[in-house]
Amino acid sequence: MLGRTLREVSAALKQGQVTPTELCQRCLSLIKKTKFLNAYITVSEEVALKQAEESEKRYKKGLSLGDLDGIPVAVKDNFSTAGIETTCASNMLKGYVPPYNATVVQKLLDQGALLMGKTNLDEFAMGSGSTDGIFGPVKNPWSYSKQYREKRKQKSHGENEDSDWLITGGSSGGSAAAVSAFTCFAALGSDTGGSTRNPAAHCGVVGLKPSYGLVSRHGLIPLVNSMDVPGTLTRCVDDAATVLGILAGHDPKDSTTIQDPVKPFTLPSLTDVSKLCIGIPKEYLTPALSSEVRSLWSKAANLFESEGAKVIEVSLPHTSYSIVCYHVLCTSEVASNMARFDGLEYGHRCDTDVSTEAMYAATRREGFNDVVRERILSGNFFLLKENYENYFVKAQKVRRLIARDFVNVFNSGVDVLLTPTTLSEAVPHTEFIREDNRTRSAQNDIFTQAVNMAGLPAVSVPMALSSQGLPIGLQFIGRAFCDQQLLTVAKWFEKRVQFPVIQLQELMDDCSSIFENEKLASVSLK
Amino acid sequence: MATPMLRWCCPGRRWIFAGIGGGSRHGRGVPTGSTSSGKRGQSSVAQQPLITAQKPRKGEREWAAVVGLEIHAQIASNSKLFSGSQVDFAAPPNSLVSFFDASLPGTLPVLNRRCVEAAVMTGLALDCHINRKSLFDRKHYFYADLPAGYQITQQRLPIAVNGSLAYSVCVGQRWSQMVTRTVGVKQIQLEQDSGKSLHDNLRSQTLIDLNRAGVGLLEVVLEPDMSCGEEAAAAIRELQLILQALGTSQANMAEGQLRVDANISVHHPGEPLGVRTEVKNLNSARFLAKAIDYEIQRQISELENGGKILNETRSFDYKLGCTVPMRDKEGKQDYRFMPEPNLPPLLLYDSGSLPTGADPQQVIDIDQLREQLPELPRVTREKLVRQYGMRPEHSFALLNEVGLLEFFQNVMKETRAEPKKVTSWVLNTFLGFLKQQNLAVSESPVTPSALAELLDLLDRKAISSSAAKQVTDVKKGNPRAINKLIGLVRRATLGRADPTVIKEVLERQLSS
Repeated sequence: MLGRTLREVSAALKQGQVTPTELCQRCLSLIKKTKFLNAYITVSEEVALKQAEESEKRYKKGLSLGDLDGIPVAVKDNFSTAGIETTCASNMLKGYVPPYNATVVQKLLDQGALLMGKTNLDEFAMGSGSTDGIFGPVKNPWSYSKQYREKRKQKSHGENEDSDWLITGGSSGGSAAAVSAFTCFAALGSDTGGSTRNPAAHCGVVGLKPSYGLVSRHGLIPLVNSMDVPGTLTRCVDDAATVLGILAGHDPKDSTTIQDPVKPFTLPSLTDVSKLCIGIPKEYLTPALSSEVRSLWSKAANLFESEGAKVIEVSLPHTSYSIVCYHVLCTSEVASNMARFDGLEYGHRCDTDVSTEAMYAATRREGFNDVVRERILSGNFFLLKENYENYFVKAQKVRRLIARDFVNVFNSGVDVLLTPTTLSEAVPHTEFIREDNRTRSAQNDIFTQAVNMAGLPAVSVPMALSSQGLPIGLQFIGRAFCDQQLLTVAKWFEKRVQFPVIQLQELMDDCSSIFENEKLASVSLK
Repeated sequence: MATPMLRWCCPGRRWIFAGIGGGSRHGRGVPTGSTSSGKRGQSSVAQQPLITAQKPRKGEREWAAVVGLEIHAQIASNSKLFSGSQVDFAAPPNSLVSFFDASLPGTLPVLNRRCVEAAVMTGLALDCHINRKSLFDRKHYFYADLPAGYQITQQRLPIAVNGSLAYSVCVGQRWSQMVTRTVGVKQIQLEQDSGKSLHDNLRSQTLIDLNRAGVGLLEVVLEPDMSCGEEAAAAIRELQLILQALGTSQANMAEGQLRVDANISVHHPGEPLGVRTEVKNLNSARFLAKAIDYEIQRQISELENGGKILNETRSFDYKLGCTVPMRDKEGKQDYRFMPEPNLPPLLLYDSGSLPTGADPQQVIDIDQLREQLPELPRVTREKLVRQYGMRPEHSFALLNEVGLLEFFQNVMKETRAEPKKVTSWVLNTFLGFLKQQNLAVSESPVTPSALAELLDLLDRKAISSSAAKQVTDVKKGNPRAINKLIGLVRRATLGRADPTVIKEVLERQLSS
């Protein structure tokens, strides 16, 4: 049951094959068994069981709230949850219990979803590995998959397998791992430069970053307000559409959300792609791209072409300036957004009480890790009066050029862009930490952050396993607010590629009952 | 009766009209004697503009002072600029604080329509150009009563620019020698107020009250077109009246709803402007005038003694009557301005550009607001002068006291007395008594009808002027005044009437 998609399990709930409480308990039990993945910071067991009980009552009365009623979900720990600790994986917010729910959390709860817990991340979502939070790194479930283990055995004998676990990518690695390891059916991530798509690609799940303004940011503890978007991590594209349909729409509490009403939608099953025009941005073919990803990328392009779609090479000429521009804008907003953490109203406060200034300094030194402090320092530097024009204003201008690149391409008739999501498959943690957070972020956000600067929707869809048995995802980028069209194309692609399901039986051999009659390998991805 | 105005208009200064010391009720008194004599008496003290009053001694050159003002007016709105919290000056500490006001992470600003309308109306009343598109910025600094670590303001593109404010000052020997001056309005911007810090030195603690945090402010920047404290005070008083007439701010300086910072410099005419100082936190027009004049004199003496003026922030010590440098631990701040990413550009429309089918709740039509503008004080005064042949200074005096104009107009409706007489009675006798009793017009025991009736009696010569004044005395609660009236009646009846009966009749009449 746990291996099913959200839609399938929703149908099972409606048909009474399983009750919300059973489902909830199974997920809780699996969360406990996969605790070593470190996917969750907080497991809200009591809350979830209570919600399951309520949901069960509704089902018994035939008053189900909809597709999400009774469905276990997880939420990244940078979304505010009323009464549940929200830490951003930072000492600064350890023990902070928000008095309100983020709009997206509230929308999930209003639909009857069961909140299993809060998932791990890089501190304040600053990172691309889910390795830099105070609760430690998240381990990629694929590290323990049959597919990866078998390949490892063939290649390297005698190596300590346990110490060679893989990173999930990030910063929404906890959410990606939670969905990938079947501990929930959907999870919320946040995406500022690729934080939802990157771990989705590494964990073999679907990671959607909706159009900026389509989904409310109210309650999402910000990284970069002008780029942050709540994202979804799901097992399939249809599930992404289901969750997006619930989350999307105007929120009076977020002035940057669209005014027009958004209705929940079901994705059509595309049969004919001959009217479709797929753009392949030539600038995304960088030397750093692994040969495996590159070959899968061209294979995907060929797939579209062979099915009658028009596939053309396009140019996004300002791509190479994107990452440095992103760095300036991101750190500047970070410097500003982090100013509120002063130890006065909430969060960590140091013991120093010599003066208010000394208290601020010590609180912030103790509360933030080096990555956060470095970004605050850089950002404040860029915002100084003497630097503002040369850095911030220039970066804003470049941002506009980058956004215009996309507009030009879409105006030329391209429907969606097809790109890699990541340079390669997930790397072992030991290898990942050889470079610092900033370098890693710059490397790993390369294909993803331009989309955030332009506010466009993008989705990472797992395509195939690498020679090492690890997932590789490709990214589709759509026109602003054409999220539905984007997902329709992604769904067609997903159906064609038939990405294999993660095989975790070996890992969870002692909980095989969970997977009984699941026939994991045969889970149909419609 | 003492002439309280003298207390705030020192010898050697020009006169400004009643009510410029708007902050305190005591400072607003009008002499009880007849208007003309009272004023004549006072105007003899003051003549020359302050700067030229400093007669240059031999070999010395003249000085000119340049004064600009920055005004923060709290917007009269039910809720704060970006949150739904109520605005209430007198609420218990931290009782009006939303999650946004306390800067809880994840909260976002939502612009209050009423505050935007208030800014547009104020801009229109000050002949500003209203920007169809304005932007919000973050201004960063760490302070305990600024929970977010930044203030949302409009630094780059404010809502209104390039306006003007006309105000009147008296220049000559006589009250009637009033001139209208104009000060440019550089810009009006919307911004958030901060919270309040209360320093408990005894326990070396700072207590924070966030009730005020996030209340909408109009920052009005006046160009440095003024040259002395009186001009500044008169401009502020006029602005105060305009804001009150518009209802965009209660503009009560004593309650901090109107806060003024002054930028002051001196130079020799024809030479470049001098280094300026900023005098902060002036909480009454009277102190504003005093502080500016003090600061001008200080700068002149400093420069004449070979000293230098530092570009610094000073505060006014109202007890000592001088400005002192403010202890600024932070030194020169870099506010690291940045666009506020959570608020889209503020777009305003006019009847021509209004998008068709737009939700009226979501758009603001400048032309519609222009139509709704109430009569401005300048127009009201002109009308009074035209309609009643009133002297301009009297029209000023009538507007300077809350409710006085309405009182006057109600008296006028019911009496046959000459407007001049009514004006004199309202401004002198009536207002004088109110001042004496420390009452606001709304608290007056004398109704407009009663005064109208009294003036009618006076008009018909049924009673004398002094008797009429004693009637008002009785009405004001002076029981001994009735004895004088009894005496008058006895004299009128040649001693034939019984004093007890007279008293009964009078009391019945007066209490009716």
